[in-house]
Amino acid sequence: MIQIENLTKQYGSTTVVDRVSLCVERNSIAVIVGTSGSGKSTLLRMINRLVEPTSGRVLLDGADTRSEPAHLLRRRIGYAIQGHGLFPHRTVAENVATVPRLLGWPEDRIRARVSELLGIFQLDPALYAGAFPHQLSGGQQQRVGVARALAAEPGVLLMDEPFGALDPIIRAKAQEDLLAIQRRFGTTVVLVTHDMDEAFRLGHRVAVMSQGRVLQFDRPSVLLTQPADPFVARMTGISDRALRLLALTTAGEAAVPGSSAGPRVSASASLREVLSELLWSGATSATVLGEDGSARGQLDVAAILARGRP
Amino acid sequence: MELRLAITSHSARVDPLGLLLTAAAAAAWCCLPFVIFKSNRIMPGEPRALQAVLPPWGVIGLPAVLLLTAVVALGIADAKRRLIAALGAIVVLALAIAAAANALTPAGNRIVRVAPGAAFWVVLICLGLLATDAITRLRPRPLARVLLLAVCVGGGMLALRYGPFGNLSVMREYAVNAARFPLELRRHVLLAAGSLIAAVIVGLPLGILCHRTPRLRPPVLGTLGVIQTIPAIALFGILMAPLGALAGAVPAAAALGIRGIGAAPAAVALFLYSLLPIVANTVIGLRRVSQAAVEAARGMGMTARQVLARVELPLALPVILTGIRVVLVQNIGMVTVAALIGGGGLGTFVFQGIGQTAIDLVLLGAIPTVVLAFSGSVLLDALIEVLERTPSAGREAAA
Ligand SMILES: Nc1ncnc2c1ncn2[C@@H]1O[C@H](COP(=O)(O)OP(=O)(O)OP(=O)(O)O)[C@@H](O)[C@H]1O
Ligand SMILES: [Mg+2]
Repeated sequence: MIQIENLTKQYGSTTVVDRVSLCVERNSIAVIVGTSGSGKSTLLRMINRLVEPTSGRVLLDGADTRSEPAHLLRRRIGYAIQGHGLFPHRTVAENVATVPRLLGWPEDRIRARVSELLGIFQLDPALYAGAFPHQLSGGQQQRVGVARALAAEPGVLLMDEPFGALDPIIRAKAQEDLLAIQRRFGTTVVLVTHDMDEAFRLGHRVAVMSQGRVLQFDRPSVLLTQPADPFVARMTGISDRALRLLALTTAGEAAVPGSSAGPRVSASASLREVLSELLWSGATSATVLGEDGSARGQLDVAAILARGRP
Repeated sequence: MELRLAITSHSARVDPLGLLLTAAAAAAWCCLPFVIFKSNRIMPGEPRALQAVLPPWGVIGLPAVLLLTAVVALGIADAKRRLIAALGAIVVLALAIAAAANALTPAGNRIVRVAPGAAFWVVLICLGLLATDAITRLRPRPLARVLLLAVCVGGGMLALRYGPFGNLSVMREYAVNAARFPLELRRHVLLAAGSLIAAVIVGLPLGILCHRTPRLRPPVLGTLGVIQTIPAIALFGILMAPLGALAGAVPAAAALGIRGIGAAPAAVALFLYSLLPIVANTVIGLRRVSQAAVEAARGMGMTARQVLARVELPLALPVILTGIRVVLVQNIGMVTVAALIGGGGLGTFVFQGIGQTAIDLVLLGAIPTVVLAFSGSVLLDALIEVLERTPSAGREAAA
């Protein structure tokens, strides 16, 4: 658990982060969104003390982060940034092994962990362990960056616009991978992004920042239906908020018993996708299929529309 | 029709560098003397005709070999053949000049001097350029380049030592100075390398400091830049007074060999000249390092020293080495001037030669200096390329 208490950062007379308090639950993903210059990166970097706060404090599992030297703290916290920051003079395996080496893990444990991580991120160790970063595609480099951040099994992972440089398709894949990995290792993630869709897709809770302040920190559906502030409403998108709300619920969650002659949709599809499918096919209801391909129920347009309202 | 096609396609393949070198060599061959005869070492020489001095094999053979080489240089693209032709021609040229010297020198006479003429030097330089160009086209790996250099320099030295070159004027000067030559050569290398090492020891941390504290950058680089613009002679003069005073005031300093003239001011001046390239390249190299990589390194828990040793310095190393290469070549040349204030080194021969108007003695100092500088730059280029090609090797070098 990460408790941020009254955290403030000033450079000279400008306040970049202004009395921010948040609590990120264990095993959850908190996303920080906001306009450029609103202080998102500064807030994130105060958690691992790359930036020292002017006042306030951060507690990690109850302990003040200032109770140990900054570099030792950082070895326990994963850190992944935009543009990956891979070391160009080190191989993929050496990059991933960075923190375990700093921690003095035995060599065979490091090797096993590197292979495991490369496997998880769909990078065949036989092909990629000895490669240099410049020999990889942008998407692969980014995966190595995240693998490196996770190498020493940190309980907390900080990510600053990690997918900012990726094209939409690779980006969606990277987001899926992150969700899967977060579930698998139970990592607590704090992620900074510009992209509202990414925030809603990944965040259990989303913090909206403006001018150094966190205006609201809540579940995506609450941000959409009960924005605390006109700025939050603008950020979350007034014109397509209904569709965004639909995107937060899956067909499986909304399905009711019964069957339909309409198109067949997967239970993991979002209501937004189901609605789109219905519009496209001209049907008024759809059959929801479970993972095994058997019918789990049905959904009709009226039920979907009802979910797009606060 | 066919013939014209053949001609056009052939003339299109004439090698531009080959054309230039052939033209230069041919012009020199026609207008300048090949060999010069002097009745003693300081008399102005008189040119001698090739037919008069070379045995029959040389009179026909040398022009034939040079002509053949010109054909290769003009029309053959294969780099290996070009290299073999150039090196072969150099060997023949050297044998011819030695034969000329031996023919012109009466047996047992140690007074007359036979020197290579301007045509010899121009042709030699053209052949050297042809060989270097061929080597560049072959793109040898760094180790191969170093080996090639060792073979050429070593082979040249063995040939001069044991070959038929004893009657050439430069070798006569060498024979007279045979005892001093190795000492001055060593001194030369020590002065150049020593001031370089001292400049690295001081300049690297200074560069790192300038990188860390941007406020320091303008004054430090500015001062070092001003020092660079002071002519060497003037800098020696400026240093004479304080070093002389130091030696006078502190007997221990004098005991260490520090005085107003000699090796001490030379070493200090070379050291000062060396600082700018090293500090500037360290700053540029560090600034060129990806900020994302440095940020990631800090974010993962490296200490400041680990970030420097494991990320910043290895990534800046090729640029820093480029600075060191500049300094090495610059120093090898500049040590020559140090002889003026009694610093020793190969410059001693150069200035003695100038004083005695004995051009052969000047060459005895100048030629090894050029070879040293060339070798130094080939060695460091190879090192830089090795480091850039296998980037992780930089880690061990700097950590
Ligand atoms: N070291 C610093 N010194 C002075 N001002 C700084 C420093 N670091 C950041 N700032 C300022 O603090 C403000 C917030 O910066 P920060 O990087 O946290 O914004 P951000 O929300 O991450 O923006 P972006 O989305 O563009 O990355 C900016 O106005 C920036 O200029
Ligand atoms: Mg930012």
